[in-house]
Amino acid sequence: MQTQYSLEQIVSQVRRDILRMVHKVNSGHPGGSLGCTEFLVCLYNEVMDLKEGFDMDGINEDVFFLSNGHISPVFYSVLAHRGYFPVEELNTFRLINSRLQGHPTTHEGLPGIRMASGSLGQGLSVALGAAQAKKLNKDSHLVYTLLGDGELQEGQNWEAIMYAAGKKVDNIIATIDLNEKQIDGPTDVVMPMGDLSAKFISFGWDVLTVEDGNDLSQITAALKEAKSKTGKGKPICILLKTEMGNGVDFMMNTHAWHGKAPNDEQLESALAQNPETLGDY
Amino acid sequence: MIEYINQGSKDTRSGFGAGLTELGRTNPNVVALCADLIGSLKMDQFIEENPERFFQIGIAEANMIGIAAGLTIGGKIPFTGTFANFSTGRVYDQIRQSIAYSDKNVKICASHAGVTLGEDGATHQILEDIGLMKMLPGMTVINTCDYNQTKAATIAIADFEGPVYLRFGRPSVANFTPVDQKFEVGKGILLQEGSDVTIVATGHLVWEALEAAKILNDQGIKAEVINIHTIKPLDDEIILKSVAKTGCVVTAEEHNYLGGLGESVARVLSLNHPVPQEFIATQDTFGESGTPAQLMEKYGLNKDAIVSATQKVIKRK
Repeated sequence: MQTQYSLEQIVSQVRRDILRMVHKVNSGHPGGSLGCTEFLVCLYNEVMDLKEGFDMDGINEDVFFLSNGHISPVFYSVLAHRGYFPVEELNTFRLINSRLQGHPTTHEGLPGIRMASGSLGQGLSVALGAAQAKKLNKDSHLVYTLLGDGELQEGQNWEAIMYAAGKKVDNIIATIDLNEKQIDGPTDVVMPMGDLSAKFISFGWDVLTVEDGNDLSQITAALKEAKSKTGKGKPICILLKTEMGNGVDFMMNTHAWHGKAPNDEQLESALAQNPETLGDY
Repeated sequence: MIEYINQGSKDTRSGFGAGLTELGRTNPNVVALCADLIGSLKMDQFIEENPERFFQIGIAEANMIGIAAGLTIGGKIPFTGTFANFSTGRVYDQIRQSIAYSDKNVKICASHAGVTLGEDGATHQILEDIGLMKMLPGMTVINTCDYNQTKAATIAIADFEGPVYLRFGRPSVANFTPVDQKFEVGKGILLQEGSDVTIVATGHLVWEALEAAKILNDQGIKAEVINIHTIKPLDDEIILKSVAKTGCVVTAEEHNYLGGLGESVARVLSLNHPVPQEFIATQDTFGESGTPAQLMEKYGLNKDAIVSATQKVIKRK
Protein backbone atom coordinates (compact mmCIF):
# COMPACT_ATOMS: atom_id res chain seq x y z
CA MET A 1 0.00 0.00 0.00
CA GLN A 2 1.41 3.40 -0.95
CA THR A 3 1.56 5.85 1.88
CA GLN A 4 -0.93 8.74 1.93
CA TYR A 5 1.80 11.20 2.76
CA SER A 6 3.63 13.40 0.28
CA LEU A 7 7.27 12.71 -0.48
CA GLU A 8 8.15 16.03 1.21
CA GLN A 9 6.41 14.93 4.40
CA ILE A 10 8.22 11.59 4.39
CA VAL A 11 11.55 13.31 3.78
CA SER A 12 11.06 15.55 6.79
CA GLN A 13 10.17 12.62 9.03
CA VAL A 14 13.06 10.49 7.78
CA ARG A 15 15.47 13.34 8.54
CA ARG A 16 14.09 13.53 12.08
CA ASP A 17 14.47 9.77 12.46
CA ILE A 18 18.10 9.88 11.27
CA LEU A 19 18.97 12.67 13.68
CA ARG A 20 17.23 11.07 16.65
CA MET A 21 18.70 7.62 15.93
CA VAL A 22 22.31 8.76 15.81
CA HIS A 23 21.84 11.17 18.71
CA LYS A 24 20.44 8.48 20.98
CA VAL A 25 23.45 6.17 20.62
CA ASN A 26 25.93 8.97 19.99
CA SER A 27 27.21 7.15 16.90
CA GLY A 28 26.34 6.52 13.28
CA HIS A 29 26.55 8.46 10.03
CA PRO A 30 24.13 11.38 9.67
CA GLY A 31 25.89 13.34 6.90
CA GLY A 32 25.60 10.85 4.06
CA SER A 33 22.21 9.70 5.35
CA LEU A 34 20.75 13.19 5.11
CA GLY A 35 22.34 13.66 1.70
CA CYS A 36 20.56 10.59 0.31
CA THR A 37 17.21 11.04 2.06
CA GLU A 38 15.34 12.51 -0.89
CA PHE A 39 16.74 9.85 -3.22
CA LEU A 40 15.79 6.86 -1.08
CA VAL A 41 12.37 8.29 -0.18
CA CYS A 42 11.66 8.84 -3.85
CA LEU A 43 13.01 5.43 -4.89
CA TYR A 44 11.00 3.43 -2.36
CA ASN A 45 7.78 5.45 -2.45
CA GLU A 46 7.55 6.63 -6.05
CA VAL A 47 9.69 4.50 -8.31
CA MET A 48 10.26 0.90 -7.24
CA ASP A 49 7.68 -1.76 -7.99
CA LEU A 50 7.50 -3.66 -4.71
CA LYS A 51 5.46 -6.68 -3.72
CA GLU A 52 3.24 -6.09 -0.75
CA GLY A 53 3.86 -8.58 2.02
CA PHE A 54 7.64 -8.12 1.87
CA ASP A 55 8.46 -11.84 1.60
CA MET A 56 12.03 -11.00 0.54
CA ASP A 57 12.37 -13.73 -2.10
CA GLY A 58 13.28 -10.99 -4.57
CA ILE A 59 11.21 -12.46 -7.39
CA ASN A 60 8.82 -10.39 -9.53
CA GLU A 61 9.64 -7.11 -7.86
CA ASP A 62 12.31 -4.45 -8.08
CA VAL A 63 15.17 -4.92 -5.64
CA PHE A 64 17.61 -2.47 -4.12
CA PHE A 65 21.11 -2.89 -2.67
CA LEU A 66 22.77 -0.28 -0.48
CA SER A 67 26.51 -0.55 -1.09
CA ASN A 68 27.60 2.35 1.13
CA GLY A 69 26.18 0.64 4.20
CA HIS A 70 27.22 3.32 6.67
CA ILE A 71 24.20 5.40 5.70
CA SER A 72 22.10 2.77 7.44
CA PRO A 73 20.01 5.37 9.39
CA VAL A 74 18.33 6.67 6.25
CA PHE A 75 17.92 3.14 4.87
CA TYR A 76 16.29 1.87 8.05
CA SER A 77 13.94 4.82 8.34
CA VAL A 78 12.84 4.61 4.70
CA LEU A 79 12.29 0.83 4.96
CA ALA A 80 10.30 1.17 8.17
CA HIS A 81 8.03 3.88 6.79
CA ARG A 82 7.55 1.82 3.63
CA GLY A 83 6.26 -1.04 5.79
CA TYR A 84 9.13 -3.52 5.97
CA PHE A 85 9.23 -3.49 9.76
CA PRO A 86 7.67 -1.50 12.63
CA VAL A 87 8.76 2.12 12.82
CA GLU A 88 9.16 1.74 16.61
CA GLU A 89 12.10 -0.59 15.95
CA LEU A 90 14.16 2.43 14.84
CA ASN A 91 14.48 3.01 18.57
CA THR A 92 16.86 0.01 18.75
CA PHE A 93 19.39 1.35 16.22
CA ARG A 94 22.93 0.20 17.14
CA LEU A 95 21.80 -1.21 20.48
CA ILE A 96 22.72 -4.68 21.64
CA ASN A 97 20.39 -7.48 20.46
CA SER A 98 18.96 -5.22 17.74
CA ARG A 99 18.15 -6.15 14.15
CA LEU A 100 19.26 -2.61 13.25
CA GLN A 101 23.00 -3.15 13.31
CA GLY A 102 25.45 -0.29 12.81
CA HIS A 103 25.78 -1.40 9.22
CA PRO A 104 22.94 -3.26 7.48
CA THR A 105 22.93 -7.03 7.59
CA THR A 106 20.71 -9.93 6.59
CA HIS A 107 22.10 -11.82 9.55
CA GLU A 108 19.50 -10.65 12.06
CA GLY A 109 16.63 -11.19 9.62
CA LEU A 110 15.58 -7.55 9.23
CA PRO A 111 13.10 -7.36 6.32
CA GLY A 112 14.22 -5.12 3.49
CA ILE A 113 17.92 -5.94 3.72
CA ARG A 114 19.22 -8.27 1.00
CA MET A 115 22.94 -8.25 1.76
CA ALA A 116 25.36 -7.04 4.38
CA SER A 117 27.23 -3.88 3.47
CA GLY A 118 29.71 -1.68 5.23
CA SER A 119 32.97 -2.99 3.90
CA LEU A 120 32.89 -0.80 0.81
CA GLY A 121 32.99 -1.68 -2.86
CA GLN A 122 30.92 -4.87 -2.88
CA GLY A 123 27.35 -3.76 -3.58
CA LEU A 124 27.55 -3.27 -7.33
CA SER A 125 28.81 -6.82 -7.87
CA VAL A 126 26.00 -8.27 -5.76
CA ALA A 127 23.46 -6.12 -7.59
CA LEU A 128 24.81 -7.40 -10.92
CA GLY A 129 24.33 -10.97 -9.73
CA ALA A 130 20.75 -10.21 -8.79
CA ALA A 131 20.23 -8.58 -12.18
CA GLN A 132 21.58 -11.69 -13.93
CA ALA A 133 19.27 -13.86 -11.82
CA LYS A 134 16.32 -11.73 -12.96
CA LYS A 135 17.26 -12.32 -16.58
CA LEU A 136 17.50 -16.08 -15.98
CA ASN A 137 14.13 -16.01 -14.24
CA LYS A 138 12.60 -13.98 -17.10
CA ASP A 139 11.68 -11.40 -14.46
CA SER A 140 11.43 -7.99 -16.12
CA HIS A 141 11.78 -6.05 -12.87
CA LEU A 142 14.83 -3.90 -12.20
CA VAL A 143 17.75 -3.88 -9.82
CA TYR A 144 18.76 -0.62 -8.14
CA THR A 145 21.87 0.10 -6.15
CA LEU A 146 23.39 3.11 -4.42
CA LEU A 147 27.12 3.65 -4.03
CA GLY A 148 29.12 6.40 -2.39
CA ASP A 149 31.46 8.42 -4.58
CA GLY A 150 34.43 7.84 -2.28
CA GLU A 151 33.55 4.16 -2.45
CA LEU A 152 34.46 4.16 -6.14
CA GLN A 153 38.08 4.20 -5.00
CA GLU A 154 37.64 0.50 -4.22
CA GLY A 155 38.93 -1.49 -7.20
CA GLN A 156 36.17 -4.10 -7.14
CA ASN A 157 33.75 -1.45 -8.46
CA TRP A 158 35.74 -1.15 -11.66
CA GLU A 159 35.69 -4.91 -12.16
CA ALA A 160 31.92 -4.68 -11.82
CA ILE A 161 31.59 -1.59 -14.03
CA MET A 162 33.56 -3.37 -16.77
CA TYR A 163 31.50 -6.54 -16.39
CA ALA A 164 28.14 -4.76 -16.47
CA ALA A 165 28.82 -3.09 -19.80
CA GLY A 166 30.78 -5.99 -21.29
CA LYS A 167 28.01 -8.45 -20.50
CA LYS A 168 25.20 -6.01 -21.37
CA VAL A 169 23.52 -6.08 -17.97
CA ASP A 170 20.85 -3.56 -18.93
CA ASN A 171 18.36 -4.16 -16.11
CA ILE A 172 20.37 -2.31 -13.47
CA ILE A 173 20.32 1.34 -12.40
CA ALA A 174 23.34 2.22 -10.26
CA THR A 175 23.27 5.61 -8.54
CA ILE A 176 26.42 7.30 -7.29
CA ASP A 177 25.98 9.62 -4.30
CA LEU A 178 28.21 12.36 -5.63
CA ASN A 179 28.69 14.51 -2.53
CA GLU A 180 32.40 14.92 -3.26
CA LYS A 181 33.30 14.23 0.35
CA GLN A 182 34.79 11.33 2.28
CA ILE A 183 36.08 10.80 5.81
CA ASP A 184 39.45 12.45 5.36
CA GLY A 185 38.14 15.40 3.33
CA PRO A 186 37.04 16.32 -0.20
CA THR A 187 37.38 13.44 -2.66
CA ASP A 188 39.41 15.74 -4.89
CA VAL A 189 42.02 16.00 -2.15
CA VAL A 190 41.93 12.47 -0.75
CA MET A 191 41.96 10.70 -4.11
CA PRO A 192 40.93 12.68 -7.17
CA MET A 193 38.76 10.50 -9.38
CA GLY A 194 38.60 12.75 -12.40
CA ASP A 195 35.59 12.91 -14.66
CA LEU A 196 33.31 10.14 -13.40
CA SER A 197 30.77 10.69 -16.15
CA ALA A 198 33.44 10.23 -18.81
CA LYS A 199 34.76 7.17 -16.99
CA PHE A 200 31.38 5.43 -16.90
CA ILE A 201 30.67 6.38 -20.51
CA SER A 202 34.03 5.07 -21.66
CA PHE A 203 33.32 1.78 -19.90
CA GLY A 204 30.09 1.56 -21.93
CA TRP A 205 27.44 2.78 -19.51
CA ASP A 206 24.55 5.13 -20.16
CA VAL A 207 25.00 8.05 -17.75
CA LEU A 208 22.49 10.56 -16.38
CA THR A 209 23.57 13.46 -14.19
CA VAL A 210 21.27 15.05 -11.60
CA GLU A 211 22.48 18.55 -10.84
CA ASP A 212 20.48 18.82 -7.62
CA GLY A 213 20.30 15.39 -6.11
CA ASN A 214 18.30 16.70 -3.17
CA ASP A 215 15.48 17.97 -5.37
CA LEU A 216 12.60 15.49 -5.41
CA SER A 217 11.34 16.46 -8.86
CA GLN A 218 14.80 16.19 -10.41
CA ILE A 219 15.32 12.80 -8.76
CA THR A 220 11.95 11.49 -9.89
CA ALA A 221 12.53 12.70 -13.44
CA ALA A 222 16.00 11.11 -13.55
CA LEU A 223 14.81 7.77 -12.20
CA LYS A 224 11.96 7.70 -14.70
CA GLU A 225 14.33 8.53 -17.53
CA ALA A 226 16.75 5.86 -16.29
CA LYS A 227 13.95 3.29 -16.30
CA SER A 228 13.13 4.19 -19.88
CA LYS A 229 16.74 3.51 -20.83
CA THR A 230 16.83 -0.01 -19.41
CA GLY A 231 16.60 -3.04 -21.69
CA LYS A 232 18.67 -1.40 -24.39
CA GLY A 233 21.93 -3.26 -23.95
CA LYS A 234 23.61 -0.85 -21.53
CA PRO A 235 23.74 -0.54 -17.74
CA ILE A 236 22.52 2.83 -16.42
CA CYS A 237 24.39 5.11 -14.04
CA ILE A 238 22.89 8.14 -12.29
CA LEU A 239 25.44 10.64 -11.00
CA LEU A 240 23.47 12.23 -8.18
CA LYS A 241 25.05 15.48 -7.01
CA THR A 242 24.00 15.70 -3.38
CA GLU A 243 24.73 17.86 -0.38
CA MET A 244 25.98 15.92 2.61
CA GLY A 245 23.93 16.78 5.70
CA ASN A 246 21.14 18.26 3.61
CA GLY A 247 18.25 19.76 5.57
CA VAL A 248 20.30 20.69 8.61
CA ASP A 249 22.11 23.97 8.09
CA PHE A 250 25.13 23.30 10.26
CA MET A 251 25.71 19.85 8.78
CA MET A 252 25.87 21.08 5.19
CA ASN A 253 28.96 22.09 3.19
CA THR A 254 31.29 20.06 5.37
CA HIS A 255 32.42 16.46 5.74
CA ALA A 256 32.56 16.89 9.52
CA TRP A 257 29.25 15.06 10.05
CA HIS A 258 30.19 11.95 8.10
CA GLY A 259 30.35 9.81 11.23
CA LYS A 260 29.48 12.11 14.11
CA ALA A 261 26.28 12.44 16.11
CA PRO A 262 24.76 15.77 17.19
CA ASN A 263 24.73 16.71 20.89
CA ASP A 264 21.49 17.67 22.69
CA GLU A 265 21.58 21.30 21.60
CA GLN A 266 22.50 20.48 18.04
CA LEU A 267 19.72 17.92 17.88
CA GLU A 268 17.20 20.48 19.04
CA SER A 269 18.32 22.93 16.38
CA ALA A 270 18.32 20.24 13.68
CA LEU A 271 14.86 18.96 14.58
CA ALA A 272 13.48 22.49 14.57
CA GLN A 273 14.46 22.68 10.91
CA ASN A 274 12.55 19.48 10.06
CA PRO A 275 8.96 19.34 11.30
CA GLU A 276 7.39 16.16 12.57
CA THR A 277 5.04 14.91 9.86
CA LEU A 278 4.32 11.20 10.17
CA GLY A 279 4.95 11.10 13.91
CA ASP A 280 8.20 10.40 15.72
CA TYR A 281 8.88 6.74 16.54
CA MET B 1 42.66 -55.39 6.24
CA ILE B 2 40.38 -54.03 3.60
CA GLU B 3 42.16 -53.82 0.27
CA TYR B 4 41.42 -50.56 -1.56
CA ILE B 5 41.85 -50.75 -5.31
CA ASN B 6 42.86 -47.78 -7.43
CA GLN B 7 40.27 -47.84 -10.21
CA GLY B 8 42.57 -45.71 -12.35
CA SER B 9 44.18 -42.46 -11.29
CA LYS B 10 42.36 -39.24 -12.09
CA ASP B 11 42.45 -35.64 -10.92
CA THR B 12 39.92 -34.51 -8.33
CA ARG B 13 39.11 -31.39 -10.37
CA SER B 14 37.74 -33.64 -13.09
CA GLY B 15 35.44 -35.10 -10.45
CA PHE B 16 34.21 -31.57 -9.85
CA GLY B 17 33.66 -31.05 -13.56
CA ALA B 18 31.73 -34.32 -13.83
CA GLY B 19 29.60 -33.46 -10.81
CA LEU B 20 28.85 -30.02 -12.19
CA THR B 21 27.86 -31.53 -15.52
CA GLU B 22 25.43 -33.84 -13.79
CA LEU B 23 23.98 -30.95 -11.79
CA GLY B 24 23.49 -29.07 -15.03
CA ARG B 25 21.27 -31.90 -16.21
CA THR B 26 19.37 -32.45 -12.97
CA ASN B 27 19.09 -29.13 -11.13
CA PRO B 28 17.86 -26.14 -13.16
CA ASN B 29 18.80 -23.71 -10.36
CA VAL B 30 22.50 -24.52 -10.50
CA VAL B 31 24.55 -21.80 -12.21
CA ALA B 32 28.32 -21.64 -12.62
CA LEU B 33 30.81 -18.79 -12.62
CA CYS B 34 34.46 -18.80 -13.58
CA ALA B 35 37.30 -16.29 -13.54
CA ASP B 36 39.14 -17.27 -16.72
CA LEU B 37 40.04 -20.84 -15.75
CA ILE B 38 37.37 -22.95 -17.45
CA GLY B 39 39.80 -25.60 -18.69
CA SER B 40 41.63 -25.92 -15.37
CA LEU B 41 38.35 -26.33 -13.48
CA LYS B 42 36.93 -28.79 -16.05
CA MET B 43 33.77 -26.74 -16.52
CA ASP B 44 33.64 -27.12 -20.31
CA GLN B 45 30.90 -29.73 -20.48
CA PHE B 46 28.55 -27.81 -18.15
CA ILE B 47 29.08 -24.67 -20.24
CA GLU B 48 28.47 -26.51 -23.52
CA GLU B 49 25.20 -27.93 -22.23
CA ASN B 50 24.02 -24.85 -20.29
CA PRO B 51 25.50 -21.73 -21.89
CA GLU B 52 22.79 -19.50 -20.41
CA ARG B 53 23.60 -20.70 -16.90
CA PHE B 54 27.31 -19.93 -17.11
CA PHE B 55 28.90 -16.59 -16.25
CA GLN B 56 32.42 -15.86 -17.45
CA ILE B 57 33.62 -13.09 -15.15
CA GLY B 58 37.14 -12.63 -16.48
CA ILE B 59 40.14 -12.18 -14.21
CA ALA B 60 38.14 -10.44 -11.49
CA GLU B 61 37.59 -12.78 -8.56
CA ALA B 62 36.20 -10.15 -6.20
CA ASN B 63 33.48 -9.32 -8.70
CA MET B 64 32.83 -13.04 -9.18
CA ILE B 65 32.16 -13.57 -5.48
CA GLY B 66 29.78 -10.60 -5.38
CA ILE B 67 27.90 -11.67 -8.51
CA ALA B 68 27.56 -15.17 -7.06
CA ALA B 69 26.08 -13.72 -3.87
CA GLY B 70 23.60 -11.68 -5.90
CA LEU B 71 22.56 -14.63 -8.05
CA THR B 72 21.19 -16.38 -4.96
CA ILE B 73 18.51 -13.68 -4.75
CA GLY B 74 15.93 -15.26 -6.96
CA GLY B 75 16.80 -18.84 -6.05
CA LYS B 76 19.89 -19.70 -8.05
CA ILE B 77 22.60 -21.95 -6.59
CA PRO B 78 25.90 -20.48 -7.79
CA PHE B 79 29.09 -22.56 -8.06
CA THR B 80 32.20 -20.41 -8.45
CA GLY B 81 35.33 -21.94 -9.91
CA THR B 82 38.93 -20.81 -9.75
CA PHE B 83 42.19 -21.84 -8.06
CA ALA B 84 42.08 -22.21 -4.28
CA ASN B 85 44.38 -19.24 -3.79
CA PHE B 86 42.14 -16.92 -5.80
CA SER B 87 39.01 -18.49 -4.28
CA THR B 88 39.96 -17.58 -0.72
CA GLY B 89 42.90 -15.35 0.17
CA ARG B 90 42.35 -12.96 -2.70
CA VAL B 91 38.67 -12.46 -1.90
CA TYR B 92 38.46 -13.06 1.83
CA ASP B 93 36.50 -9.93 2.67
CA GLN B 94 34.11 -10.40 -0.25
CA ILE B 95 33.36 -13.92 0.99
CA ARG B 96 33.12 -12.73 4.58
CA GLN B 97 30.63 -9.91 3.98
CA SER B 98 28.75 -10.74 0.77
CA ILE B 99 28.49 -14.52 1.30
CA ALA B 100 29.10 -15.67 4.87
CA TYR B 101 27.67 -12.75 6.86
CA SER B 102 24.95 -12.29 4.24
CA ASP B 103 23.96 -15.98 4.55
CA LYS B 104 24.18 -16.60 0.81
CA ASN B 105 23.87 -20.09 -0.63
CA VAL B 106 27.07 -19.98 -2.70
CA LYS B 107 29.37 -22.95 -3.38
CA ILE B 108 32.98 -21.80 -3.61
CA CYS B 109 34.74 -24.53 -5.59
CA ALA B 110 38.51 -24.38 -5.47
CA SER B 111 40.99 -26.35 -7.51
CA HIS B 112 44.79 -26.49 -7.42
CA ALA B 113 44.90 -26.41 -3.62
CA GLY B 114 48.15 -27.17 -1.83
CA VAL B 115 51.68 -27.97 -2.99
CA THR B 116 50.51 -30.62 -5.49
CA LEU B 117 49.69 -27.80 -7.87
CA GLY B 118 53.36 -28.35 -8.62
CA GLU B 119 55.61 -26.41 -10.95
CA ASP B 120 53.80 -23.05 -10.81
CA GLY B 121 55.22 -22.63 -7.32
CA ALA B 122 54.25 -20.89 -4.12
CA THR B 123 52.34 -17.93 -5.60
CA HIS B 124 49.63 -20.41 -6.56
CA GLN B 125 50.04 -23.10 -3.87
CA ILE B 126 47.81 -21.95 -1.06
CA LEU B 127 48.32 -23.84 2.21
CA GLU B 128 46.21 -21.53 4.35
CA ASP B 129 42.78 -21.79 2.71
CA ILE B 130 41.23 -24.34 5.05
CA GLY B 131 42.06 -22.11 7.98
CA LEU B 132 40.73 -18.99 6.28
CA MET B 133 37.45 -20.66 5.38
CA LYS B 134 36.83 -22.58 8.58
CA MET B 135 37.13 -19.41 10.64
CA LEU B 136 34.14 -17.88 8.85
CA PRO B 137 30.95 -18.40 10.87
CA GLY B 138 28.49 -20.57 8.98
CA MET B 139 30.96 -21.75 6.34
CA THR B 140 31.11 -25.49 5.62
CA VAL B 141 34.57 -26.70 4.58
CA ILE B 142 35.07 -29.85 2.49
CA ASN B 143 38.32 -31.34 1.12
CA THR B 144 37.69 -34.42 -0.99
CA CYS B 145 40.16 -37.25 -1.53
CA ASP B 146 39.63 -38.60 -5.05
CA TYR B 147 37.71 -38.24 -8.30
CA ASN B 148 34.65 -40.22 -7.24
CA GLN B 149 34.29 -38.46 -3.91
CA THR B 150 34.75 -35.02 -5.46
CA LYS B 151 32.03 -35.75 -7.98
CA ALA B 152 29.71 -36.99 -5.24
CA ALA B 153 30.45 -33.99 -3.01
CA THR B 154 29.85 -31.53 -5.85
CA ILE B 155 26.42 -33.04 -6.43
CA ALA B 156 25.60 -33.23 -2.74
CA ILE B 157 26.38 -29.61 -1.86
CA ALA B 158 23.78 -28.35 -4.34
CA ASP B 159 21.13 -29.71 -1.98
CA PHE B 160 22.93 -28.49 1.15
CA GLU B 161 21.61 -25.08 2.21
CA GLY B 162 24.33 -22.57 3.06
CA PRO B 163 27.76 -21.44 1.94
CA VAL B 164 30.27 -24.21 1.22
CA TYR B 165 33.99 -24.19 0.47
CA LEU B 166 34.83 -27.26 -1.65
CA ARG B 167 38.56 -27.85 -1.99
CA PHE B 168 40.20 -30.16 -4.51
CA GLY B 169 43.37 -30.40 -6.54
CA ARG B 170 45.25 -30.56 -9.79
CA PRO B 171 47.27 -33.82 -9.94
CA SER B 172 46.17 -37.24 -10.98
CA VAL B 173 45.71 -39.34 -7.83
CA ALA B 174 44.40 -42.79 -6.95
CA ASN B 175 40.64 -43.11 -7.45
CA PHE B 176 39.53 -45.67 -4.88
CA THR B 177 36.21 -44.66 -3.30
CA PRO B 178 32.95 -46.14 -4.66
CA VAL B 179 31.64 -44.81 -7.97
CA ASP B 180 28.13 -44.06 -6.83
CA GLN B 181 28.77 -43.21 -3.19
CA LYS B 182 26.31 -41.15 -1.24
CA PHE B 183 28.12 -38.08 0.07
CA GLU B 184 27.06 -36.94 3.52
CA VAL B 185 28.31 -33.51 4.53
CA GLY B 186 29.86 -33.66 8.00
CA LYS B 187 30.15 -37.45 8.18
CA GLY B 188 33.60 -38.98 8.43
CA ILE B 189 34.22 -42.35 6.79
CA LEU B 190 35.93 -45.24 8.55
CA LEU B 191 38.13 -46.78 5.87
CA GLN B 192 40.28 -49.18 7.84
CA GLU B 193 39.77 -50.63 11.29
CA GLY B 194 42.69 -50.84 13.68
CA SER B 195 43.56 -50.72 17.36
CA ASP B 196 46.99 -49.10 17.72
CA VAL B 197 46.64 -45.65 16.16
CA THR B 198 43.99 -43.47 14.51
CA ILE B 199 45.05 -41.81 11.29
CA VAL B 200 42.69 -38.95 10.45
CA ALA B 201 43.31 -37.75 6.89
CA THR B 202 41.74 -35.37 4.41
CA GLY B 203 42.12 -34.71 0.68
CA HIS B 204 45.09 -36.19 -1.15
CA LEU B 205 46.48 -37.53 2.15
CA VAL B 206 43.70 -40.12 2.52
CA TRP B 207 45.24 -42.44 -0.07
CA GLU B 208 48.67 -41.90 1.49
CA ALA B 209 47.18 -42.87 4.86
CA LEU B 210 45.82 -46.12 3.42
CA GLU B 211 49.23 -46.89 1.90
CA ALA B 212 50.89 -46.09 5.22
CA ALA B 213 48.46 -48.43 7.01
CA LYS B 214 49.65 -51.29 4.77
CA ILE B 215 53.31 -50.62 5.65
CA LEU B 216 52.40 -50.34 9.34
CA ASN B 217 50.46 -53.58 9.17
CA ASP B 218 53.60 -55.35 7.94
CA GLN B 219 55.32 -53.96 11.04
CA GLY B 220 52.56 -55.35 13.23
CA ILE B 221 50.89 -51.96 13.84
CA LYS B 222 47.15 -51.93 13.29
CA ALA B 223 46.13 -48.47 12.07
CA GLU B 224 42.58 -47.21 11.97
CA VAL B 225 42.12 -44.85 9.01
CA ILE B 226 39.38 -42.23 8.90
CA ASN B 227 38.59 -40.08 5.87
CA ILE B 228 37.51 -36.67 7.11
CA HIS B 229 36.24 -35.01 3.95
CA THR B 230 34.31 -32.39 5.92
CA ILE B 231 36.64 -30.37 8.12
CA LYS B 232 33.81 -28.12 9.29
CA PRO B 233 31.52 -29.19 10.78
CA LEU B 234 33.88 -31.86 12.06
CA ASP B 235 32.59 -35.36 12.79
CA ASP B 236 33.69 -35.40 16.46
CA GLU B 237 31.96 -38.68 17.15
CA ILE B 238 33.86 -40.85 14.69
CA ILE B 239 37.19 -39.44 15.94
CA LEU B 240 36.39 -39.83 19.66
CA LYS B 241 35.08 -43.34 19.17
CA SER B 242 38.29 -44.31 17.44
CA VAL B 243 40.74 -42.74 19.92
CA ALA B 244 38.86 -44.40 22.78
CA LYS B 245 40.18 -47.61 21.23
CA THR B 246 43.60 -46.56 19.88
CA GLY B 247 44.75 -43.90 22.34
CA CYS B 248 46.72 -41.81 19.82
CA VAL B 249 46.23 -39.86 16.61
CA VAL B 250 48.06 -38.82 13.48
CA THR B 251 46.33 -36.13 11.42
CA ALA B 252 47.30 -35.73 7.77
CA GLU B 253 46.54 -32.88 5.39
CA GLU B 254 48.04 -30.90 2.52
CA HIS B 255 47.86 -27.63 4.45
CA ASN B 256 49.70 -25.63 7.04
CA TYR B 257 49.44 -27.19 10.51
CA LEU B 258 48.22 -23.76 11.64
CA GLY B 259 44.52 -23.54 10.91
CA GLY B 260 44.12 -26.96 9.37
CA LEU B 261 42.39 -30.25 10.11
CA GLY B 262 44.97 -31.18 12.76
CA GLU B 263 44.13 -28.19 14.92
CA SER B 264 40.42 -28.92 14.64
CA VAL B 265 41.04 -32.51 15.74
CA ALA B 266 43.29 -31.35 18.58
CA ARG B 267 40.50 -29.15 19.91
CA VAL B 268 38.03 -32.03 19.94
CA LEU B 269 40.54 -34.24 21.72
CA SER B 270 41.58 -31.67 24.32
CA LEU B 271 37.95 -31.00 25.18
CA ASN B 272 36.92 -34.63 25.40
CA HIS B 273 39.71 -37.18 25.41
CA PRO B 274 43.28 -35.88 25.37
CA VAL B 275 45.70 -38.28 23.66
CA PRO B 276 49.08 -37.83 21.94
CA GLN B 277 48.81 -36.38 18.42
CA GLU B 278 51.27 -35.92 15.56
CA PHE B 279 50.61 -33.53 12.69
CA ILE B 280 51.33 -34.39 9.06
CA ALA B 281 51.07 -30.94 7.49
CA THR B 282 53.33 -28.22 6.18
CA GLN B 283 55.26 -26.49 8.93
CA ASP B 284 54.32 -22.83 8.55
CA THR B 285 56.07 -22.49 5.21
CA PHE B 286 55.36 -21.55 1.61
CA GLY B 287 55.71 -24.19 -1.08
CA GLU B 288 57.95 -24.07 -4.17
CA SER B 289 58.23 -25.42 -7.72
CA GLY B 290 58.65 -29.14 -8.30
CA THR B 291 56.64 -32.19 -9.26
CA PRO B 292 53.76 -33.09 -6.93
CA ALA B 293 55.57 -36.26 -5.75
CA GLN B 294 58.80 -34.38 -5.06
CA LEU B 295 56.93 -31.70 -3.12
CA MET B 296 54.91 -34.20 -1.09
CA GLU B 297 58.16 -35.87 -0.10
CA LYS B 298 60.08 -32.68 0.64
CA TYR B 299 57.26 -31.22 2.76
CA GLY B 300 56.65 -34.48 4.60
CA LEU B 301 53.19 -35.18 3.22
CA ASN B 302 53.42 -38.79 1.98
CA LYS B 303 52.96 -42.32 3.29
CA ASP B 304 56.53 -42.51 4.59
CA ALA B 305 55.97 -39.40 6.69
CA ILE B 306 52.75 -40.88 8.06
CA VAL B 307 54.55 -44.11 8.98
CA SER B 308 57.26 -42.18 10.86
CA ALA B 309 54.70 -40.02 12.65
CA THR B 310 52.77 -43.13 13.67
CA GLN B 311 55.82 -44.82 15.13
CA LYS B 312 56.54 -41.63 17.07
CA VAL B 313 53.03 -41.10 18.38
CA ILE B 314 52.69 -44.71 19.56
CA LYS B 315 55.83 -44.28 21.69
CA ARG B 316 54.21 -41.24 23.32
CA LYS B 317 51.18 -43.22 24.52
